[in-house]
Amino acid sequence: MEQLTLPKEKLPELLGEIGSKFELIGPKEENGFLAFRKINDPKEVNLDILLSRVPPKSLIFQQTETLFTYAKGKDSKVQTPKIDESVRVIFGIRPCDARGYDIIDPVFMGKKEGDYIDPFYTKKRNRSILIGLSCNEPDTNCFCTSFDDSPANTKHVDILFTDIGDTYFVEVVTEKGEDLIKNLSKIFSKATEKESTIRKETERAAIKAISRKMNTEGTVEKLDKMFDHEFWVETARSCIGCGICTYLCPTCHCFDIQDESTLKLGGRVRVWDSCMYEEYTHHASGHNPRPSRMNRVRNRVYHKFNYFPKNDGIFGCTGCGRCIDYCPVNIDIIEVIDKVKEANI
Amino acid sequence: MTDENPYQPWIAKIISIKEEASGERAIKTFRLEFQDEEVKKKFTFLPGQCIMVSVFGTGESMFAISSSPTQKDYIEVSVMRYGKLTKALHLKEEGELVGARGPYGNSFKIDEWKGKDILFLGGGIGQAPLRSVINYCKDNRKDYGKIDIVYGARTSLDLCYKDEFAEMSKKDDLSIHLSIDVEEEGWDQFVGFVPDNLKRLNPSPKNTIAITCGPPIMIKFVIQNLLELGFKEDQVYTTLEMRMKCGIGICGRCNIGNLYVCKDGPVFSYDQIKDIQGDM
Repeated sequence: MEQLTLPKEKLPELLGEIGSKFELIGPKEENGFLAFRKINDPKEVNLDILLSRVPPKSLIFQQTETLFTYAKGKDSKVQTPKIDESVRVIFGIRPCDARGYDIIDPVFMGKKEGDYIDPFYTKKRNRSILIGLSCNEPDTNCFCTSFDDSPANTKHVDILFTDIGDTYFVEVVTEKGEDLIKNLSKIFSKATEKESTIRKETERAAIKAISRKMNTEGTVEKLDKMFDHEFWVETARSCIGCGICTYLCPTCHCFDIQDESTLKLGGRVRVWDSCMYEEYTHHASGHNPRPSRMNRVRNRVYHKFNYFPKNDGIFGCTGCGRCIDYCPVNIDIIEVIDKVKEANI
Repeated sequence: MTDENPYQPWIAKIISIKEEASGERAIKTFRLEFQDEEVKKKFTFLPGQCIMVSVFGTGESMFAISSSPTQKDYIEVSVMRYGKLTKALHLKEEGELVGARGPYGNSFKIDEWKGKDILFLGGGIGQAPLRSVINYCKDNRKDYGKIDIVYGARTSLDLCYKDEFAEMSKKDDLSIHLSIDVEEEGWDQFVGFVPDNLKRLNPSPKNTIAITCGPPIMIKFVIQNLLELGFKEDQVYTTLEMRMKCGIGICGRCNIGNLYVCKDGPVFSYDQIKDIQGDM
């Protein structure tokens, strides 16, 4: 892995060059929150706020997306919109959010021969080059380290930037990352031994600064025995079913499909959906397999901590802490899992 | 459903519509033909598999294919008028175009069942997927042993495929046992529920596969009675239903536990689902 450095004052120059050659997406402040948006001017980039409110999942799995358009009636026909495949650079993505992509990749991109492949997700994923940014000062509810992740993990990005004072320590992780660097002016320097040491120390300090821990050991097996436990009624009691935990989750991938049309033309559109809503599973017959909030809260926890491990061998959680930060009634997923472990069965 | 976009349906023409049941719970069988010759040639499925049917402007829903794969020129779906999409579909006329993509899900194990007796237990619109298997067995009659069809509905108006049963009963290579829930003038067959008709018929479990499809409450008592008759759990098959959107295991909503009904189902043997933990 190539190790380079870039003086901090040269970042605008770098982003300017990337933006002139490719589409550049980066973190930008919007209404007091951070959001990943197209960057037109490097000055727009905000690296002070740690996490965007909506995870950058939305860049690959869009909140709304037209799956195809159609003409109705006698001359019915359907057409898939062209999907942009040109290179796009996502700058400033945090390691946990980049890991989120790796968790849901098998859902959209298939994991075995014969699986269906979602072209919208796959093409956006393939066209994106991820330049990650290490988190030197994790937030109160960060717990990525509970999943063998680190605030300076290089594993899920193409290039990783780590702030080591006056300079960024730049690690070029993948071939995609190497190609990008080759395409840019030579404004990087080779990293020195000393800089490499500072980078390691920075990561160690960041790991130390993470105070919360989710103890997931044995959770899958324990949940297997707890489906009918009264614990779920208690856990769901305060939930108001707003769905924010699912909308802001980097690993939630559920969607609805709706038709939007005029008299003769229309499109079939997919939109993010949430298993927290009553209508989500409501059959036309009136029957609902998940009629109460208890069923829905339980499903969310099981999907992340029992079904995901069973189907994909991984927990459906990155430890980003958004569902804890934004829950209006303070449901805390770390506490839920702690209580699962304590529950008598 | 093209190679590059699994969500995009093919255009299919409704070549005929047959009214199966009338009244409040009307059922129609739509015969669909793909408009693209290549698709028509390429499209294959197995009994038990499902298809997503689109009414452009309204949406799409998943239906069991009710025709047999031995019929290669068209596919049929039998649809009860109930929700938004099925109401829109019932307004369609012969010659109109809809969308269709699939086939989805697993199927009945028709190859493994060669040489066995098959007992069908259907209720109401639940007969639709069974019809696919029945016609398949009929077209490969020598591959299967004794065939018994036990089918019931609320009233005689709610019974599907009446003319087909009448046609079948002219030959003596299979037995048909129809029932309705309450007494009606002119009805000379069994009156009562399907599970009771099953008890009365008292079939032998020996070398027999039982397939049941219908309302959940019927399935529950049919399975209970089958087990009492000595059927083993792996001799009993049923199908499960959940609300679906994508049909290809991505959109998330049709899960029962960690299984997705759209791709891991809809066909399950009773021993696969008897201990399943999930909201159903």
